[in-house]
Amino acid sequence: MAGNGVLVIGELAGGAPVQATLEAIAAARALNAGTVGVALAGGPGAASAAAQAAIAHGADTVYTVEHEVLANSQPDALVAAAEAVVKHVGPAIVLGARTLAGRDVLPRLAFRLGTALAADCAAVALDGQGRLLATRPVYGGNAEATVVCLGTPAVASLRPKSVDALPADAARTGSVEAVDAGLSAGTVRVRSLERVEAKAEGVRLEDARVVVSGGRGLAGPEPFAQLEALAGLLGGTVGASRAACDAGWIPSSHQVGLTGRTVTPEVYIAIGISGASQHMAGCSNAKAIVAINKDAGANIFKQARFGVSGDWRNVLPAFMEQLQELLG
Amino acid sequence: MTLHIVVTAKQVIDPETPLSAFQIDSNRVRPPQQPPVVNGYDENAVEAALRVKEAVGDARVTVLSMGTEFTLDVVKKPLAMGADALVLLQDPLFANSIDPTLAVRVLTAAITKLGDVGLVLCGRQASDWDNAQVPLGIAEALGWPVATIAKGVSVEGETLRVERVLPEGHEVVEAALPAVVTVSNELGQARYPNMRGIMAARRVQPETWSAADLGLDAAELAPQLELVSLIKPDRSVQTEMITGEDEADAGRKLALRLREARLL
Repeated sequence: MAGNGVLVIGELAGGAPVQATLEAIAAARALNAGTVGVALAGGPGAASAAAQAAIAHGADTVYTVEHEVLANSQPDALVAAAEAVVKHVGPAIVLGARTLAGRDVLPRLAFRLGTALAADCAAVALDGQGRLLATRPVYGGNAEATVVCLGTPAVASLRPKSVDALPADAARTGSVEAVDAGLSAGTVRVRSLERVEAKAEGVRLEDARVVVSGGRGLAGPEPFAQLEALAGLLGGTVGASRAACDAGWIPSSHQVGLTGRTVTPEVYIAIGISGASQHMAGCSNAKAIVAINKDAGANIFKQARFGVSGDWRNVLPAFMEQLQELLG
Repeated sequence: MTLHIVVTAKQVIDPETPLSAFQIDSNRVRPPQQPPVVNGYDENAVEAALRVKEAVGDARVTVLSMGTEFTLDVVKKPLAMGADALVLLQDPLFANSIDPTLAVRVLTAAITKLGDVGLVLCGRQASDWDNAQVPLGIAEALGWPVATIAKGVSVEGETLRVERVLPEGHEVVEAALPAVVTVSNELGQARYPNMRGIMAARRVQPETWSAADLGLDAAELAPQLELVSLIKPDRSVQTEMITGEDEADAGRKLALRLREARLL
């Protein structure tokens, strides 16, 4: 295979590499395919300030690209920066994380390099010939495909939380190299006019220890107040199926699933959710799924650790009352 | 000048196919009994195109569908919704593949052949391979700006404005046409075809372009990704069903059991 080593396309937030980038570095090291470089792109000073964190988590060399146009993570600028680092380094394999930015950046990077991305992978490995094998859910989670990357470099994006990051080793050393990507104001062709991020109250869905989700079976927006109360009792957060979001019962920022958010709580309580594959794709990594559903044949029960077949209107109040007593 | 909008619409197996009817034979999904559908996000893209057309007035919408074979009643749905034309990109070489390279090459060639396209709208991803790559590849191949996961699309003169969905909010972006946009379900329900639309669509004989018509040969369509295996993963777990004297009692017992299992 042409090229050498693995290059991770990193992502910065709040002055540090994001968790998904640290996971990708761990996946790159586990491939055991030569040196692990990490590309970090940000506003002036931002990438170099984060370099040591990437090294502590497993990077051998950090390639920094810094420019004003990278300050607000606009995809056009990130793609150009990543492309410049790949061309400078000449890796055999490029890995990234399928974060919000990664969904835009990595496919575009792959096409610009004349290859295609193995997207949203749960696992990557090398085959006997040293080619990259990538395993990923397809058909809305109904099937799992393994593909081999034939292009050079091989490019894959990892689904966040599929791999554990390596613990930080402050004594680890590595080099830092600045790369000039020839960026200018003209690099950015899609201008952001307004960005509104309503910080959700309480725990983020991705970080929640308990997620209480509601679906079509709730039959309206009102029952979500009860789900909120249950989540509050358990120190958790409320999620929803796409059906509930599309019906307008709860904002789409709560949507768990393939095109929504991926949650990994200790306990996922699914109320009135049938368990369509595209929903399960967002919650199947929960430690335990607890399902309450009227339909005893619902798919959700196949993946649930505990289940009650019954109308949530009858089950939920008694469940909460008993919990209140237990948690006193 | 007339704004020519292209929408890409893929025929896929119905994603609502029950898991029990979803079967894989030697790395291929067995077509289920129920008829195929237009990819749901592509219907949202058709809806976005029709809204833009209604807003700017002087516009027309051409739908491109690519594949080896089509169920005509299915792929004509965008026409029945109100699209002006449908072109089928049909060739034995255009087999549905996990590799997005093929679709990018074919759709880009078709858009280039149409010649006067100002806006390309695509669904955010297809419900079969879930790649979410082809629109980005088209944008890269054409050198056009691209905005993803739109819940609102509007055009004013030569300027495109897109309201994007963020996990906890939204972003409004602007770019110059021509451009590519991927559309998400947050745009809202795609309109249902009315009887007049269905009757009109029935009379249309869509144009068909082959690889040769697009100036493409097999060598240019060489894959970058190859399928090694396709399996139906078994994620079923041992389920403990909690029962009681009545449903409320089952709810109480569930709380006790979860506490006992140290989950809560």
